[in-house]
Amino acid sequence: MATAALPASKNVKKRSAETNIPVNSRTAQPDMIHEDGAGAKAVRALLIGVSILFMFVMMVLPLATVIKEALKQGWAAYQKAVTDDYTRSAIILTLEATVSALIINTVFGLFAAWAITKFHFSGKKVLTTLIDVPVTVSPIIAGLIYVLVFGRQSVLYPYLKQAGIQIVYAVPGVILATVFVTFPFISRELIPVLEAQGTDEEEAAALMGANGWTIFTKVTFPHIKWAFLYGVVLCTARAMGEFGAVSVLSGHLRGKTNTLPLYVEVLFQGFEWVPAFAVSSILVIMAVIILVIRNIFEHNAKTRSGGI
Amino acid sequence: MKIKAKRVIPGMGLSLGVTIAMLSIIVLIPLASLVVFTGRLSFREFVDVITSRRVLASFEVSFVTALIASLINAVMGVILAWVLVRYDFPGRRIIDGMIELPFALPTAVAGISLTALTSDKGWIGKIFDKFGIKIAYTRIGITFALVFVGIPFVVRAVQPILEKMDGTYEEAAGVMGASRTTIFWKIIFPEIRPAVFTGFGLALGRCIGEYGSVVFIAGNQPFKTEITPLIIMAKLQEYDYGSASAIALVMLVFSFALLFAVNLIQVHNSKILKGGR
Repeated sequence: MATAALPASKNVKKRSAETNIPVNSRTAQPDMIHEDGAGAKAVRALLIGVSILFMFVMMVLPLATVIKEALKQGWAAYQKAVTDDYTRSAIILTLEATVSALIINTVFGLFAAWAITKFHFSGKKVLTTLIDVPVTVSPIIAGLIYVLVFGRQSVLYPYLKQAGIQIVYAVPGVILATVFVTFPFISRELIPVLEAQGTDEEEAAALMGANGWTIFTKVTFPHIKWAFLYGVVLCTARAMGEFGAVSVLSGHLRGKTNTLPLYVEVLFQGFEWVPAFAVSSILVIMAVIILVIRNIFEHNAKTRSGGI
Repeated sequence: MKIKAKRVIPGMGLSLGVTIAMLSIIVLIPLASLVVFTGRLSFREFVDVITSRRVLASFEVSFVTALIASLINAVMGVILAWVLVRYDFPGRRIIDGMIELPFALPTAVAGISLTALTSDKGWIGKIFDKFGIKIAYTRIGITFALVFVGIPFVVRAVQPILEKMDGTYEEAAGVMGASRTTIFWKIIFPEIRPAVFTGFGLALGRCIGEYGSVVFIAGNQPFKTEITPLIIMAKLQEYDYGSASAIALVMLVFSFALLFAVNLIQVHNSKILKGGR
């Protein structure tokens, strides 16, 4: 309710959103306990100082370190490392794995969100919990389970070998691992939005004779567009950076099954620090782009839900 | 009503079918293989694997470092959330956006840059080296990496609760003469406590399973800085699938228990967010 009366200013929008009285003193001065002004200011300065120091040490310095180490031997060495053939093949595999994860998880996310939010059935709670399982599983365990299912000691192995399919220590394994760790990323963004939207509009459309595809594209999808894109961004971030699960399944073959993070590891363990950080810098740039997009989306979503 | 809803909107069979099929193939069947492979060990062998000295030491390293890191995150997370919600200062939006860097930055990159930063030649390591404190390749280093990994969980759990909080109670307490400390502990903290626990639990769960950002900084010495995921990796490289599954299963059970606890708190939490108490 209160969100309808959002003031235009960015800085005060969060705080005023929860107070029904727009002329509350907090809109002007958030830490408003009036009696001990000096003490309040000291606490405020201290807390802001601690926060800025923490963020500087934990976030800014690591990023600066990547840049410093990558450029340690000059621009030429950096360029050589970034345009190296192995780097290029690692970029391509990372893209392949990310796109595969996006496609598979989008299909799953759309069907799962539709099933969970548009129908009533028993076991729905269990299903939603199970969908979230991959997030809580350690990446190493995620890799391990695929080795157990498709590896040499598996009952499936003879059949896979006969069919000429290699999954463990090959590209399909890398892709499977990436899909697993990002599995719920799209569905978990869609479900809350669809849940809040309810089923009335779809029911109306269905009663008027629209088929499933029309209902989805004309009625449902416009509601979940932003949530969907947000899920895509989160999924991309995690997919391109996944390390543990992919590391178990890849076998680290340079130029073949190395994704960018794995190639970083290979270089780093081989004491090739400059190339390791140079390749890392590609991932840092992608991470920063993702962060920016994510913040724009978040901002959009907030103003959007306030506007409607 | 239920029956009507089922009939009117099309696609229940299809969507539910696809959902369950994909979930089974990608998640459930592979996870079940963990139980199958552990089941091939006798109970005695299972206990032996789990209680071998090296594995127990790794449990201790993983658990203690994750616990300390999550405690630090619980405190820092509340401070950061508080500063972001209640204060306005230049750079606030930047800090708000940067909180999620650990989610966006690949763990391997975080791992090597934190290692370089805290080794005795790095910017931070250099300072502590003067006092004879080593960070990289020790448990302090592991904890440092885990603080990095876990911080967004607490901030993002506490922030929405602080935003939703009604300021009138604080104001009333202030008018009645309560000190700021009293207001914090008696009025604000009880409101955000469930969120702090949720964030703490999520961070702990993530930290215990974390691999990428820790392997580089840990040094991986058996009994000292070897984390549990690394032992699983080592067993796997020795083709000792039974032991790897057994250790993984213990970790999995622990993280599920943690998730369950977090879910219980979250039910309580969402009630507050929706306005009811």
